[in-house]
Amino acid sequence: MNKELSREERTDALGGMGCKRKRVEDARFTQGKGNYVDDIKLPGMLHGDFVRSPYAHARVVSINTDAAMALDGVIAVLTAADLAPLGLHWMPTLAGDKQMVLADGKVLFQGQEVAFVVAKDRYIAADAVELVEVEYEELPVLTDPFAALESDVVLREDLDPTADGAHGPRKHHNHIFTWEVGEKDATEQVLDEADVVAEEMVYYHRTHPCPLETCGCVASMDKVNGKLTLHGTFQAPHAIRTVVSLISGIEEHNIRVISPDIGGGFGNKVGAYPGYVCSVVASIVTGVPVKWVEDRMENLMTTAFARDYWMKGKISATKEGKITGLWCHTTADHGGFDACADPTKFPAGFMNICTGSYDIPTAYLAVDGVYTNKAPGGVSYRCSFRVTEAAYFIERMIEVLAIELNMDAAELRRINFIRKDQFPYQSALGWEYDSGDYHTAWDKALKAVDYDGLRAEQAQRVEDFKAGKTRKLMGIGLTHFTEIVGAGPVKNCDILGLGMFDSCEIRIHPTGSAIARLGTISQGQGHATTFAQILATEIGLPADSITIEEGDTDTAPYGLGTYGSRSTPVAGAATAMAGRKIRAKAQMIAAYLLEVHDDDVEFDVDRFVVKGAPEKFKTMKEIAFAAYNQAIPGIEPGLEAVSYYDPPNMTYPFGAYICVMDIDVDTGETDIRRFYALDDCGTRINPMIIEGQVHGGLTEALAVALGQEIAYDDMGNVKTGTLMDFFLPTAWEVPNYETDHTVTPSPHHPIGAKGVGESPHVGGVPCFSNAVNDAFRAFGLRHTHMPHDHWRIWKTANDLGLHG
Amino acid sequence: MIPAAFEYYRPKDMAGVLSVLVEHGDDARVLAGGHSLIPMMKLRMAEVPHLIDLQDVEGLRGISVDGNTVRIGAMTTQNEIINDDQLVAAAPIMREAALQIADPQVRYMGTVGGNVANGDPGNDMPGLMQCLDATFHLVGPDGEREVAARDFYEAAYMTDRDDDEVLTAVSFSSTVGGYAYEKQKRKIGDYATAAAAVLLVKDGDTCTSASIAMTNLSDTPIYSEAAGAALVGTSLDDAAVSAAIDAMLGDIDPTQDNRGPIEFKRHAASTILRRAITNAWSRT
Ligand SMILES: Cc1cc2nc3c(=O)[nH]c(=O)nc-3n(C[C@H](O)[C@H](O)[C@H](O)COP(=O)(O)OP(=O)(O)OC[C@H]3O[C@@H](n4cnc5c(N)ncnc54)[C@H](O)[C@@H]3O)c2cc1C
Repeated sequence: MNKELSREERTDALGGMGCKRKRVEDARFTQGKGNYVDDIKLPGMLHGDFVRSPYAHARVVSINTDAAMALDGVIAVLTAADLAPLGLHWMPTLAGDKQMVLADGKVLFQGQEVAFVVAKDRYIAADAVELVEVEYEELPVLTDPFAALESDVVLREDLDPTADGAHGPRKHHNHIFTWEVGEKDATEQVLDEADVVAEEMVYYHRTHPCPLETCGCVASMDKVNGKLTLHGTFQAPHAIRTVVSLISGIEEHNIRVISPDIGGGFGNKVGAYPGYVCSVVASIVTGVPVKWVEDRMENLMTTAFARDYWMKGKISATKEGKITGLWCHTTADHGGFDACADPTKFPAGFMNICTGSYDIPTAYLAVDGVYTNKAPGGVSYRCSFRVTEAAYFIERMIEVLAIELNMDAAELRRINFIRKDQFPYQSALGWEYDSGDYHTAWDKALKAVDYDGLRAEQAQRVEDFKAGKTRKLMGIGLTHFTEIVGAGPVKNCDILGLGMFDSCEIRIHPTGSAIARLGTISQGQGHATTFAQILATEIGLPADSITIEEGDTDTAPYGLGTYGSRSTPVAGAATAMAGRKIRAKAQMIAAYLLEVHDDDVEFDVDRFVVKGAPEKFKTMKEIAFAAYNQAIPGIEPGLEAVSYYDPPNMTYPFGAYICVMDIDVDTGETDIRRFYALDDCGTRINPMIIEGQVHGGLTEALAVALGQEIAYDDMGNVKTGTLMDFFLPTAWEVPNYETDHTVTPSPHHPIGAKGVGESPHVGGVPCFSNAVNDAFRAFGLRHTHMPHDHWRIWKTANDLGLHG
Repeated sequence: MIPAAFEYYRPKDMAGVLSVLVEHGDDARVLAGGHSLIPMMKLRMAEVPHLIDLQDVEGLRGISVDGNTVRIGAMTTQNEIINDDQLVAAAPIMREAALQIADPQVRYMGTVGGNVANGDPGNDMPGLMQCLDATFHLVGPDGEREVAARDFYEAAYMTDRDDDEVLTAVSFSSTVGGYAYEKQKRKIGDYATAAAAVLLVKDGDTCTSASIAMTNLSDTPIYSEAAGAALVGTSLDDAAVSAAIDAMLGDIDPTQDNRGPIEFKRHAASTILRRAITNAWSRT
């Protein structure tokens, strides 16, 4: 078999790591044959819909469901009073807080769930929602976290103001936690003694992951066998199973959670929502399946938002520009409940990666979480926990420092990068960066765009502008980001007490094909494609002969799911390790078949060969068959393996991005002329998928930087609740991205891969924002907040006196 | 985003449409492309117990150019406007404007009649029709009548059309001279932050006729007669263009919304109009 093929040809035939394998998922997606939650239709299925609060802060005086119940086709209307006897009117959040499932006496944000209508079809449910009469008594609204910390108005009357919260002491009744990292006194001393200190308030506005598919579920309680099946848009199906079991009291083996195809998650689908609890209760009560799928407005207004961080920063340096210290105080607006999705010990996620790519000897970070009358959330929208915030903060502070020092921002970065020989690098805020080669990446990027040429062109543009020859300014956005992904080591990362390992289970079939099941779940990342490639290389069977399955808790091994770019760093590692177990057993089988000692055979692409006699070999396909048809002394039949992988460390992907932008000072319109993105994600499993992920992440970065926001008025009304006002870029707004790479493998990951799905978002946001800020640097601007939509850019120009 | 229940009618002729309108008055509405009305129904901002679909009604579709007169049936889609060679020759501003409305998917469905009858200050066609000095053709239980586009719009969603009238067509004279439709928007598929429709005629170096209308800068489209007058008789020197812009600024009355504060909108309107005038003049 394959005797005539060369080693290279045999390698190519596998479609393993490093090749641009086409995505196996796309055949069904491009033909409209995906199977999403809303495609699921079970016999007798009922439909749920929410009555939601029109007010941001109000007491619920009364709820009258009579008229709704009288409507033909309405089966039930649930309120907090109905859930209370079951103890389900509140639910725990991932952040150690609790959240109302249905309004228990008051509402804390516009759109909050007040009652759950269950009806025979979706239309009747919507009509019944209109018929539920709720009497509210309006309360003062707090939308500003700084004001909330001063206000007498108590948002969370359910909490004892003197008792500790989940993360220690609370300073005020609207305060949630203080989280401190680093050395406060030492940092303040460094700042006091420094040659130069730059100070800035950097606001990262509230936005939303806005996956194309909104959140939803179908709960189906089989009262005969006591089993609950829950189909849903879950980024972490196993964690959802455990949570459902803990709060409902149904034993975990009686719960089957299935995540079918998921139309994007970006962090929005990590947590648990009232809709899930209400659907489960409704199905238990009625004994038939209940579907709940939120609409676009509900998604934008009520399910998890992202960011809303006010980051006050100070950065100090010597006259020559060597950074000596970094100080950051963040006021974090969490909304009405603390429903952030962060590992338990990290209430502000990995915000302490905010020293970025720089060798900063002394640093201090404090984060204060605050309750306001806004929707809960604070999830990691296409990033590892709060890493976009950290990257945005440091990359803005570097630019502000460059202005303070009157230095070129590219050079300032270069002289402060952590050097290659410093890895593994211990950061002042507690991380051990596994690997990196920032100078190489930076120099390659600057050269690729002819950085000096761009600066010369920009200087000319400033002259032309001042001479009245043009109304367009030119901005050069620079960013060198370092991410921290792949949570994470069980020793310091858990969610609700569940360690953040991940898993893979492989079964090789007799004819040499295979199925591998993982604890993760793809939402568009292409797991079925890339994980098969990892295995193809590890076990020598073609990727096309390997099925990857995820998302069914009855069949998949336990895992913590997909977010924070953790799938490849953690489940990908588990996959490689499980593959190696398969290979170890295959080696013994091959040795038996070849009648030599185990140590006398070695793996060669798709076979084991006798050392020194390559014409004597057994292919993996032959070995697979032998595993099932030969009685081999001392070896069990079959060829299967499971691996649970607890990573020794996070991985630290990095990248160098450069954006060139033209800005019309009169209309505030931006035109991205060029965007160059160099990513180093370690070993590259599928370059085509990496490129796709980079394009997607950059596009979401463009969205956030240039307009995407969840904005509230003073009454707590959401002003951007539809896609007319919430900015989702189309192909028209998106530039042609130039992608590039360097490869610095992770030293601790079995295949050296670091994860890439979120890097472009983490690096992209500051890069676009820096370009806008940079365009105005020559006119005296230090910093202007995102989102850089037309009117805000116009206002910046206007404030600088550029409109004459 | 689930509409309330409604009765659906699909008459074959105008008599059938009018009889439902007369019977149900306020409670009945016609449906054209549905790309303004259906979203409003889904948001339950429009409640329409009786919905009359116009798509099978004869005689409402199509573009004709007869001598100098252009006539566009109400049910003609925005996409058809883009692709009609006769229309492009007779009034190229129509294509330029239609290409800036929404996105291709919306334009395949959305109609000229729906766009002008809707009364949303964000719609592009009303200002364009005012710039073209178009005539709207209406039919109701009392027969047919004509209204000038410049007299049609009263306030947001309030027009001269009675509840029981249907708009059957728009007509206008083919254009001569230079034209431009300039629109600032936040992204593809967005309504205007500011838009300007401009038609200019040049004789020698002098502007002999100018028509200017603005979109989404008041609760109706704004035909700025004064802005046009400021250009006529000039050679469009800087002073004349500035005078036109000032005149336009005197006529618009924008409000603050997610697109920005009033001051910004006025500045954007000036910039967009300046561009449109420059562009139209270069095409004379
Ligand atoms: C995403 C999106 C973006 C858009 N962007 C733009 C844009 O940039 N610019 C723009 O101008 N428009 C825009 N639109 C609106 C679009 O052009 C609509 O198609 C148009 O406003 C209405 O036309 P319609 O045929 O869809 O009318 P419908 O939605 O069917 O009707 C609109 C209203 O007009 C009434 N009506 C319709 N036809 C008649 C008639 N013949 N006689 C009397 N009354 C009638 C209806 O009763 C209804 O009240 C956008 C729409 C969407 C969904």
